[in-house]
Amino acid sequence: MNRKDSRSDTRLPGTRSRALRPAVKIVLYFVLSAGAVTMLIPFLWMLCTSVKQPHEVFTAGGGIKFLPEHFFWRDTYFGGEKIRAWWRNYPDAWTEINFLRLYLNSIFVAVVGTFGQVLTSSMAAYAFARLTFPGRDKLFFGYLATMMIPGSVTMIPIFVIMKHLGWINTYQALIIPGLFSAYGTFMLRQFFMGLPTDLEDAAKIDGSGYIGIWSRVILPLSKPALATLTTFTFMGFWGSYMWPLVVTITEAPRTLPIGLRYFVGQHATNYTQLMAASVIALIPVLLLFIFNQRYFVEGIKLQGLKA
Amino acid sequence: MKPKGITSYKKKEAIAAYAFLAPNFLGFLAFTSVPVLVSFIMAFTHWNIFRHPVWVGLENFRSLLWFHRENGSIVPNDPFFWQYVYNTVYLMAGIPVGMAGSLILALMMNQRLKGIIAFRTIYFLPTVCSGVALLILWKYLYNNDIGLINKSIRLVGSVVYANKASAIAVTFLGAALVGIAAIGVVGITLMFIHWLCEKTRLNWPEWLFRSTLIASGAVIFVLIGAYGREFYLAQSAFFANPPDWLGTVKWAKPSLIIMGLWGGLGGYNMILYLAALQGVPSSYYEAAEIDGAGPWQKFWAVTWPMISPTTFFILVMSIIGGFQGGFMVANVMTGGGPAGSTTTVEYYLYQTAFEKFNMGYACAIAWFLFGVILVMTLLTWKLGGRVVTYE
Repeated sequence: MNRKDSRSDTRLPGTRSRALRPAVKIVLYFVLSAGAVTMLIPFLWMLCTSVKQPHEVFTAGGGIKFLPEHFFWRDTYFGGEKIRAWWRNYPDAWTEINFLRLYLNSIFVAVVGTFGQVLTSSMAAYAFARLTFPGRDKLFFGYLATMMIPGSVTMIPIFVIMKHLGWINTYQALIIPGLFSAYGTFMLRQFFMGLPTDLEDAAKIDGSGYIGIWSRVILPLSKPALATLTTFTFMGFWGSYMWPLVVTITEAPRTLPIGLRYFVGQHATNYTQLMAASVIALIPVLLLFIFNQRYFVEGIKLQGLKA
Repeated sequence: MKPKGITSYKKKEAIAAYAFLAPNFLGFLAFTSVPVLVSFIMAFTHWNIFRHPVWVGLENFRSLLWFHRENGSIVPNDPFFWQYVYNTVYLMAGIPVGMAGSLILALMMNQRLKGIIAFRTIYFLPTVCSGVALLILWKYLYNNDIGLINKSIRLVGSVVYANKASAIAVTFLGAALVGIAAIGVVGITLMFIHWLCEKTRLNWPEWLFRSTLIASGAVIFVLIGAYGREFYLAQSAFFANPPDWLGTVKWAKPSLIIMGLWGGLGGYNMILYLAALQGVPSSYYEAAEIDGAGPWQKFWAVTWPMISPTTFFILVMSIIGGFQGGFMVANVMTGGGPAGSTTTVEYYLYQTAFEKFNMGYACAIAWFLFGVILVMTLLTWKLGGRVVTYE
């Protein structure tokens, strides 16, 4: 009887040993489903609003209508009134807010910034994890200590530096201050420390220099950590709000969140278009999440390991 | 000749190390170390970036943190600042509730159920989408006239209060929910105290804990019963005329907390808790079962102590984040209003620096934040060392 229990490796560690009773299962499903509906309804409301006619949003009064009144593929005259096609809000929002520019800006800033940060972090992490040099531990402690400093302390001086360099309202201002991360260095250093040294020794015997070891041994072995850091850094650049708001003045270098923010300022009550714009803005992160779900979860767990 | 070879090898390695470090370290100097020093110096100046900075000593900190006498009463030099500190702390009230919710969700997710991955993805969705777009959506949801939330409340109200039976039923249901929520809050507080007492070897027996909980539950329900009529009136008024969530001082902060709970429930904290739960060796549970422990006892004797490092980590990070939070919400949704009720310290800092160009004062605010975060972190660390169980 107890033999089944002793095969504890066949189930998730931490789960209860006995299977759940059906009644408990039903309650769990009910609670989880109710929660899931609560999570999804706002998104559903957003999608539905984005395909409505502008006037439909403002019908005060009791009822709640998720579906639009009319769902025409083409602009149609209906009872003497012009009803626009359901998808109209999307191209309108797209052109109104110049999404193409915002997307390209956001992608450019996030890709260059992420590449740079992962590059410099991995180099520094290699030095901290694998090389000995005078002052290493003190320097590393200095890195750790600065991780506690709030971003708002350094933001104002960096703004002043940007102003003196004439970089306000440029891509440099958006990218360069974010290239050097103590956190990324710390995370990769921890990962590199855990790598076995055998391959490295073999590479040394084969005559590899430090650059060779870093690029051909350490980095390929650290793909999961690099992917995780890349995902997180990319999301950080992509969602960054306060700094881009501070250093951009005109539309030219603005990233997606800032562009969306100004759009709200100008069209505060045009909800159908606002929702369409929000949907357009959410699509890239959703795609990234769908294809990268594993690294999101791994990244969060890695952050927790600091504890 | 061997020693010389080693030193030259070491020298070579050190040079290589410095070369590898250089890009990151130079950037670190330029965008962290130097700015921190500059910021510290700027905190002692008046500077509107268009003119030269003027050294004013402690003046900024005096106006930010100090008090003066006015008509016999003591008034802070910058009353707004203290209001915003209060707002920031108030908004952090969601942290323990959110943590409890995330833990409960993680416990449910940790069961063997079909389709659990789909649930996890759905609950994680708000975290993925967090940003300006989601805030726009919530501003729309909270709209007084056309928002989904108030529309739903009015719809439910018009259906439920249409006849007497359902009106009475919903009054009892509401009273029960309020009572259960109140008991839950009392219970969690008691559990926390109980747990602290256990950890600090102060004796607080189980029976006293239970009877306190039962007694407070009875008091809560007697109170609700005594004020039944008032409760009915308040609830029906709420359904007939739901509050203007973001537009009134009374409801603006609770609204933001609710939004935060919705967004954070299945996010980072839940994943961290899930990882922690899966890291508890199942042999511990088996041992507890052999000792005859039920699910409740297993949770408190095995799970809770085993995941305490995670709880501690989440708490520290949430406090650090909480003090620096609220900027995007204020900037996109509320503009810090109504009447400054959603302005946080971070938003005040932004306004001071980049709307009033009062750079010195803004740096003083930043250093105040840094100080608070440092003290809070050290405090929780000190306390945490005593109550957290490490394997």
